[in-house]
Amino acid sequence: MEKRVTFDNRLLPYLLLTPQLAVTIVFFFWPAGQALYQSLLLPDPFGLGARFVWFSNFEYLFNDRYYLQSFFTTAIFTFFVTLVSMSVALLFAVMADQVIKGAGAYKTLLIWPYAVAPAVAGVMWLFMFQPSIGVIAFYMKAVGIDWNPVLDGGQAMTLVILAAAWKQISYNFLFFLAGLQAIPKSLIEAAAIDGAGKWHRFRTIVFPLLSPTTFFLLVVNIVYAFFETFGIIHTMTAGGPGQSTTILVYKVYSDGFVGQDLGSSAAQSVVLMVVVGILTVIQFRYIERRVHY
Amino acid sequence: MATISIRDIRKSYGKTEVIHGVSLDVADGEFIVIVGPSGCGKSTLLRMVAGLERISGGTIDIGGRVVNDLEPRERDIAMVFQNYALYPHMSVFDNMAYGLKIAGKSKDEIRQRVDQAAAMLQLEPFLDRKPRALSGGQRQRVAMGRALVRNPSVFLFDEPLSNLDAKLRVQMRLEIKQMQRSVGTTALYVTHDQVEAMTLADRLVVMNAGIAEQIDTPMAVYERPATRFVAGFIGSPAMNILKGSVSGSDFALEGGGKLALGVEPVETGRPLLFGVRPEHLQVATAENAALSLSVTAVETLGADTLAHGTLSGANGAGGELIARLPGSAQIAPGDTLPLTIQDGMTHLFDAETGQRV
Repeated sequence: MEKRVTFDNRLLPYLLLTPQLAVTIVFFFWPAGQALYQSLLLPDPFGLGARFVWFSNFEYLFNDRYYLQSFFTTAIFTFFVTLVSMSVALLFAVMADQVIKGAGAYKTLLIWPYAVAPAVAGVMWLFMFQPSIGVIAFYMKAVGIDWNPVLDGGQAMTLVILAAAWKQISYNFLFFLAGLQAIPKSLIEAAAIDGAGKWHRFRTIVFPLLSPTTFFLLVVNIVYAFFETFGIIHTMTAGGPGQSTTILVYKVYSDGFVGQDLGSSAAQSVVLMVVVGILTVIQFRYIERRVHY
Repeated sequence: MATISIRDIRKSYGKTEVIHGVSLDVADGEFIVIVGPSGCGKSTLLRMVAGLERISGGTIDIGGRVVNDLEPRERDIAMVFQNYALYPHMSVFDNMAYGLKIAGKSKDEIRQRVDQAAAMLQLEPFLDRKPRALSGGQRQRVAMGRALVRNPSVFLFDEPLSNLDAKLRVQMRLEIKQMQRSVGTTALYVTHDQVEAMTLADRLVVMNAGIAEQIDTPMAVYERPATRFVAGFIGSPAMNILKGSVSGSDFALEGGGKLALGVEPVETGRPLLFGVRPEHLQVATAENAALSLSVTAVETLGADTLAHGTLSGANGAGGELIARLPGSAQIAPGDTLPLTIQDGMTHLFDAETGQRV
């Protein structure tokens, strides 16, 4: 039974809640409301006035080829960032789980990239792969690869995916390692005695038992790729070349603050809000249920 | 079905040796129980047979094949773990079928073998359930079923009953014994529980500190413990051990008392330990008492009464003693009990080496 606290004073509980509520309202509901309101307005070019235009910002948005393209770009970007960062992290975690000597040092080194700020990570990768001064770009050219992410959209995409995934590997690694260590040793031993080889054990015992962790990380990584990669994209490609690396979040920024189209930018934020809402619902509904064995 | 032959097996972790050369021959179909206190190396020994621990020295031979360097799956064994180690994401059926699927058996054969094992273990109603929906006893049965369906040469049990409550433990103990009898598969069973050990074993291996102190039938271990450790470990309450030395046909206690030796006299003066089990002490009349016990505490167990006390009286003081008397005995702390020792029920051990004399 949960123990219920009762207050004699009717106002006291509300008073105690006020700081939290104030923070939530000022920093979350107010801006969200502002974005909703702004998405229905069409400001004039000088920002002196705005006209209420109902949903024509949205109408315009969904007829905009570039916006739909950005959805596609985001999907590709998110898919590969999640895939690369999770699979590499799982590989590292499985290997680190078997290390006995110097396990601590090994783990610490693997966790380091998480402490690097996104913009710094972006700049670092940019320097390495910059076509004219980059160390790695130099060698890539030396072996005959026509490397120029400044001009080639596909290569630019590859580069931001690698940088964004690299940054997230540490985080995924930590969770996968914890997940692996939570699997009782005797299960693996029982499977070994039952005749399962290493790979078969991983496929039929370890991976299914990791599924809660995997699903959690899947949601976290999608959210990460969607919303937290702004710094990396901004420093590395600024959404270019063309619009090839302009993911939805980056487009909100570039349309609003660079293109000065605040109405469209606000409408895009509202669309993103809906996306976040859906992701949250998925997370809450399924994370505790479906994946549990 | 197979014989097992363990030759001078050793295990070291780094420079510390934890098993110091154990040898054991197991006949086909025999039920061997390895018993000992925690940390004596019994589980390690079992895990080396299973192939879960590397063997540092000596050889293990299963069915005429040295298995030292074979993977667990190549040894044709099945193991039941203390925590059952059921695959939590698989149904009972899939848990039992896992090994058979890997072995590439046909669907029909798998179904038939699992059904057979399930019938034997009364698991038929639960085949579609996940392990978490089962009680402890049912999980234990599934773990046994998983071992059973594979029809291995050897069963290995690693304290399989320690997670069950007392009543279930007694029941499962019988079931394990019956199951092993009916399939006739060689079994190695590790436990720290001497009752399990005594009831299940064809032969016992009593281990202590990485050494097999005695390997013999349960009755032989009880009647003629090979060392002081075995004497104290098997039997409950533990055997009374008194320090002293032989003088003529008597045993002179350290405290000054004397007891009739009851066995062939050995060299006089050598420091020895005199052992007698609590159940081999009987209340006697004052005239023909071999010793007298001044009772300090009484435990009534219903069927038996345990009298704790110190030696006293005409024969002098000599140490602490427990006597197991019939439940009907009326005793109170402060009483002085005249006791005799049943004929031939005394044991002598060397005080230094602990070996039986």
